[in-house]
Amino acid sequence: MIMGTVQMIARRLLLGVFVMWGCVTLIFVIVRLAPGDQATLSLGPDATADEIEAARERFGVNDPLLLQYVSYIGRALRFDFGDSYRLGQPAMEAVLDRFPATIQLALSAMAIAVVVGLILGCVAGGRPNGLVDRVVSGVSISLQSFPTFWVGIMLILLFALNLRVLPSAGSGSLSHLVLPAVTLSLPQVAIVARLTRSSLAESMQDAYVQTARSKGLTEPQVLLGHVLKNSLIPVVTIIGLQTGVLLGGSVVVENVFAWPGLGSLIVDSVSARDYSVVQAAALLIAAVVVVLNLLADLTYARLDPRIRVEAKA
Amino acid sequence: MRTGPGDTGADVASQRSGADVANERSGDGPLLDVRDLDVFLPAPSGPVRIIDRVSFTVDAGRTTGLIGESGSGKTMTAMAVIGLLPQGAVTRGGLWWRGENLLTAGPRRRRRVRGREIAMIFQDPLASLNPSQTVGRQVTEIPRRDGMSRRELTATAAELLGRVGIPEPARRASNYPHQFSGGMRQRAMTALALAGKPRLILADEPTTALDVTVQARILDMLRNLREQENTAMVLVSHDLRVMAHVADDLVVMYAGRVCERGPARDLLRRPLHPYTKALVESVPAVHTKTAIAAPLPGSPANPAQRPSGCAFHPRCPLTRVMADDGAAAHERCRTEEPEVLEVAPGRWSGCHFAGVLHDERSSTRVAGRNGTGPDTATTTEEEERP
Repeated sequence: MIMGTVQMIARRLLLGVFVMWGCVTLIFVIVRLAPGDQATLSLGPDATADEIEAARERFGVNDPLLLQYVSYIGRALRFDFGDSYRLGQPAMEAVLDRFPATIQLALSAMAIAVVVGLILGCVAGGRPNGLVDRVVSGVSISLQSFPTFWVGIMLILLFALNLRVLPSAGSGSLSHLVLPAVTLSLPQVAIVARLTRSSLAESMQDAYVQTARSKGLTEPQVLLGHVLKNSLIPVVTIIGLQTGVLLGGSVVVENVFAWPGLGSLIVDSVSARDYSVVQAAALLIAAVVVVLNLLADLTYARLDPRIRVEAKA
Repeated sequence: MRTGPGDTGADVASQRSGADVANERSGDGPLLDVRDLDVFLPAPSGPVRIIDRVSFTVDAGRTTGLIGESGSGKTMTAMAVIGLLPQGAVTRGGLWWRGENLLTAGPRRRRRVRGREIAMIFQDPLASLNPSQTVGRQVTEIPRRDGMSRRELTATAAELLGRVGIPEPARRASNYPHQFSGGMRQRAMTALALAGKPRLILADEPTTALDVTVQARILDMLRNLREQENTAMVLVSHDLRVMAHVADDLVVMYAGRVCERGPARDLLRRPLHPYTKALVESVPAVHTKTAIAAPLPGSPANPAQRPSGCAFHPRCPLTRVMADDGAAAHERCRTEEPEVLEVAPGRWSGCHFAGVLHDERSSTRVAGRNGTGPDTATTTEEEERP
């Protein structure tokens, strides 16, 4: 079984390299399809035609596309996407500077979402269509539909301006993290809670649940001891996917709380045609998603022993 | 959080006298005494009485078979006994367990009985075992919840699996259900039921999902267990051959009612209800007289739309014979709901004409007794044969 798991990880990582290659290639194409190039933009509107031409030569935009692509991939293999003309530092360095703040925010938000979402989902799914279930469903739908910027501003008004217990913006301390993390987590809480609830409610129909009850277990014992583990696979899937989304950075939350994360860097870089940064960020995010998917798959095998055997075969 | 679904009927009081209770508590009575049990299930058009005045007893160390076609209420009866009816079910009557009416017991008490006094072996062992837990862990859940140490649990798992005939039980305990064969799963399911040292095991179609060769081995195992552990058993099955193999007493059910009950051997040899007779005749191996099996015509009655009078009368071969006026059914069968009465010592039948069936055995006088034709008994049999 151990052998099978190692092979599976190796296979998935190899596949991940292809995913990242595809991602980097796609970004290369999109960047060259977009109007305006780095040379023009970096010089500003007052540049002369000669200056632009010189800059184009410097950026390598005049080379044949295939040549550009080959040298681009060659550099990408070394994680070298050139310098950011806007920030005056290597693009990958700029991205990695911002990444820790994003990791901090994303993982905090996901941790809140998993804990609160699972609890709400269990309480609701243990008795489908009961009062608690309906309340949780209503709250979940609300959480998912409130716009994040509005929720963020409301939380700032309440906790930073009225109660004065938390800072409204910035980063650096744990108290700075609370409001953005909560804001970012609320829609995720709703997603995890709803999925847990429906998955539990479905599993409650399975025959082994009656077996568990026939042993004289209480309903909470049946739910936590037998049903929950069998209901978690879709929940783990969505947690993996959503963590990937959050690790890409959240533009809205970062802007509302002045959080120095990846999201605002990417958006700023796209509007400034700072493609070196965009490409570096794309590669990083692709790598993160590949790793998260692998982790999710490894978790499936922990949850359902039948998957383990299939991986071995 | 909610309590078990079967606890819903606990508030419905039974209507038994104090004298009855005192009598029961003396300890001489049967282990389980199901008396006039009704189960209502919610339906869009109002509650349906899915189980209708079912009565039977189970004595310590004996096996009682509940037999009937699908939808006859045999599984529902077992579920009522263990208290795992679907949500919204309402129960009425008496479910006397060692002198205590379980229908009036609280949810905590019922939960306490479950697994430790009354255990259940479920149909379809693959679906009924938790796919994500090792067999050993599932089998030893009751002692684990009681705080048994890890090392003792490992030993207990091996001991339980060994007792039901699983080879290499210590190693097999760490397997998952999908790594077991069908017969092994059924054995594991049985070990799971034994873990709480119950006095009564309910087995719901324990062999239906298995190959014929495996079936026989599982039945032998169940029979041996009963002898070794002195555990009483309620066996739910539609298969008369299984019953003939294992059951001491039989309860024949039709459309949520009891047709007939009594000692298995006697009942199968001399049925006192036309439905039992038809069941016996539909099985070649049990019916020794005819080489060709005679399937019962028509389909089973639905308890939600139970026919008037005797629920079996639309399919009954006997009522046609008994009807004087050439009608499809006798007037009494159509209008009057039969009582389940003791027709002969230990033999209870819910047929208006059980006496006729009884007499038919001792003599052939019954032919022409009611002026219904030359030979009642023969006509009955001929009509059933295709």
